[in-house]
Amino acid sequence: MYRLGIDVGGTNTDAVVMHDREVLAGVKAATTEDVTSGVLEALENVLSKAGVDRAKIANVMIGTTHFTNAVIERKHISPVAAIRLGLPATACLPPMVDWPQDLREAAGDLGYLVRGGYEFDGREIAPLDGEEIDRIADDILAKKISTASISSVFSPINRQMELDARDRLLKKCPDLQVVLSSDIGRIGLLERESAAIMNASLLALSARTVDAFAGALKSTGLHCPFFITQNDGTLMDAAMVKRFPVLTFASGPTNSMRGAAFLTGIKNGIVVDIGGTTTDVGALQLGFPRQAATVVDIGGVRTNFRMPDVFSIGLGGGSLVRRGPDGAVTVGPQSVGYRLTREALVFGGDTLTATDIAVALGEADIGDKSRIASVDADLAQGARVAMTAMLEAAVERSRISPEPLPVIAVGGGSILMPNRLGDLEVLRPDHFAVANAVGAAIAQISGEVDRIYSLENGLTRESCLKQAEEEATEKAIGAGADAATIEVIEREDVPLAYLPGNATRIHVKVVGEMGGGDALPA
Amino acid sequence: MLSRPDKLWTLTEADIEALEIGSAILGTGGGGNPYIGKLRARQALRAGHTLSVIKMEDLPDDAKVVSLGGIGAPLISFERIKEGREGLRCVRALEERLGFKADAIACEEIGGQNAMEPLITASLAGLPVVDGDGMGRAFPEMQMTTYSIYGHRSTPSVMCDPHGNVVIFDHAISEKWHERMARACVISQGGASTLASAPMSGAFVKQFSIPDSYTKAVALGRAVIEARQRHADPIAAICEMESGRVCFTGKIKDLKRHLKGGFVTGEAIIEGFDGCNDQTAAVLIQNENLVFKRDGVVEIAVPDLIIILDIDTGNAITTEMLRYGQRVAVVALPCHPLLRTPEALEVVGPKGFGFDDIAYRPMQADEPTQGSAT
Repeated sequence: MYRLGIDVGGTNTDAVVMHDREVLAGVKAATTEDVTSGVLEALENVLSKAGVDRAKIANVMIGTTHFTNAVIERKHISPVAAIRLGLPATACLPPMVDWPQDLREAAGDLGYLVRGGYEFDGREIAPLDGEEIDRIADDILAKKISTASISSVFSPINRQMELDARDRLLKKCPDLQVVLSSDIGRIGLLERESAAIMNASLLALSARTVDAFAGALKSTGLHCPFFITQNDGTLMDAAMVKRFPVLTFASGPTNSMRGAAFLTGIKNGIVVDIGGTTTDVGALQLGFPRQAATVVDIGGVRTNFRMPDVFSIGLGGGSLVRRGPDGAVTVGPQSVGYRLTREALVFGGDTLTATDIAVALGEADIGDKSRIASVDADLAQGARVAMTAMLEAAVERSRISPEPLPVIAVGGGSILMPNRLGDLEVLRPDHFAVANAVGAAIAQISGEVDRIYSLENGLTRESCLKQAEEEATEKAIGAGADAATIEVIEREDVPLAYLPGNATRIHVKVVGEMGGGDALPA
Repeated sequence: MLSRPDKLWTLTEADIEALEIGSAILGTGGGGNPYIGKLRARQALRAGHTLSVIKMEDLPDDAKVVSLGGIGAPLISFERIKEGREGLRCVRALEERLGFKADAIACEEIGGQNAMEPLITASLAGLPVVDGDGMGRAFPEMQMTTYSIYGHRSTPSVMCDPHGNVVIFDHAISEKWHERMARACVISQGGASTLASAPMSGAFVKQFSIPDSYTKAVALGRAVIEARQRHADPIAAICEMESGRVCFTGKIKDLKRHLKGGFVTGEAIIEGFDGCNDQTAAVLIQNENLVFKRDGVVEIAVPDLIIILDIDTGNAITTEMLRYGQRVAVVALPCHPLLRTPEALEVVGPKGFGFDDIAYRPMQADEPTQGSAT
């Protein structure tokens, strides 16, 4: 069974063809403004390089930063009717209260507060104010808004009121696209609501983008199903991405870390992804990226997505190398970036870059070696020491135990990585430059439950965990996972302070291989 | 009589940002995250209200001061956000019940979420907040304020929820009973309410508040922000400002958390690095960080402040956010002398939290610690 992985980054579109666990071919192409032509180029190149009959490709997996970038750049954002069910509670902080002004305006700045929502124990804060929903529907029609988000207080515990409000809206606005916060996020109203609003604002873009991907695949002669990776390294099908584009946020670093784990067979280690301008460092735990414990900021908005805990430093293949007035050699953070192949010395340019240093020291063999003959050995050594120190400090920050974990270097700039970092061994797997596309190709299907349980009436911590696990497994199988391969990767219970009745918050996540007889051997 | 502008410090949005960071540090792992409160305070400012703080010495002896704060589970206030005027309803109901007019609002607890509520309520009521508080940090229960410890009877008190329910606790036979009844009531109100206690005189507040709490929390936050801007060490800045010290640097190796009577109790085990190689620290937790041990020996104990900070950002990490593998610094700050008297230690010393085998030995500001990271 063959599978094809694509990673559409801000600069490069990478693609790989895999047969079971083997990478047959990997290519890089430039990402294009329309996305489609870059994807087309990468697809054609990788298929011809792999020499595989395109009819034999069973699945295509795509990783993309397109939706993250849309939010960051405030482009292609549609206005959203942001409805919250919670009055009289929550009145003091309306929807989007902590968003940057420009993004709030791009998303229409239309917040509506309605009576409704739940208490932590499932009681209603107030019955849903249906008449107010009708008035909002009239306003939506008058303003010609095509998307809405609905966020009810404590909807992760009970989503019924979000469903009721949606049904009532659709009666008057049958064509409205509605996003429910309970489908997207966890406890934490503002963060979950913001994610739902952002998601709604990206629906039009996601429909266009998914169709563009589908079109590119079709015109390449690929008629298999395709999937898109989400931030936890697992997959969504095309229909799901059209509904939940925000779930792709941060899938880039996740894919490169998962790819690094796969290419080396290492489940616990540190991944260093060196690009042209920056280096991302993160830790692998059990083959998955370690998650950030704190809230994650996207385009200036706090969200509570599970994101990899990635630490970035300003070091890449294009980093400028300079000697200061005191004689000290510095590398980065300024970089020639995507102009590397024109401006670096070895490529015929006039700028001394980190890549030139690697070539000068004989650590890499690219470009025209004769052009760096004039780089003095002292400067090259100084730059080497500086780069190693930067990488060491970044890796040390991500180390999760004193055990000598392996360091995996991936990404186009990983020629900058020495063979050892302090006491740690550095691995440079085959296909390191396209590890992110490999990560996309091997992505799995997940199911997740995050809810507050009251440990009363015979319910124990164990029985609740078990119930959550079963529900998460059902979700994963429903999304296409092979039941036989499902394993629990997160299982956490946090007791809630100050509440008698032993309320506890349980979070369980399971993953499984993609179903359809295409399971990877364990 | 308290609104003479020259006597008041008016907080800006930048002050609120700094207070968010500073109060989280003083939360000693508990007290809840002040983020929601910060947004509410900012909304109040943007709506044209004034957040003003009055120096303790400018408070007349006969001023009537109402202390208030949120009560309940911090996590709930992140989901069921307040209606916004709960505190104001508390003050109004208390005034009506007792037939007086409040002159100023006092803070129960400067550590965590409760730093913001008095400012927000005072701004809606057009009153100043006293630059002081009842803890100088965070503690889990209401009777643990210096107000209660030094003789203030906090009933009659008023508790309000977002719905408009108003509950008056007319009389509790002890502060502990008040805490117990309030705790039961807050559950039926949805797990996160606001409570205002019986008024105190200006003279009492001046004698028994932990002084300068807002000044201090804002200055701490500013020190962290400025250190970050200079790429200096924010943790060093915190210690310098509060005569504290870094006790330990390391990585969280194990976390044990369980429930005991509605409270999160547990232990964080930290494996040392940098100056603490080959050492293991333990921080004992009951909502707040209460005891710091190095290689099994108690070095710092409540009521001195034990703070776990992210080593890179200097951000305080609340006990709910502690995770395996985090790189942290444990910082100790000396508590105010009002918390070190025998009557205070009875309530907020190690014995008050059930650590009968731990004797409180006050940390000295300049006391060198063996094997210290600094």
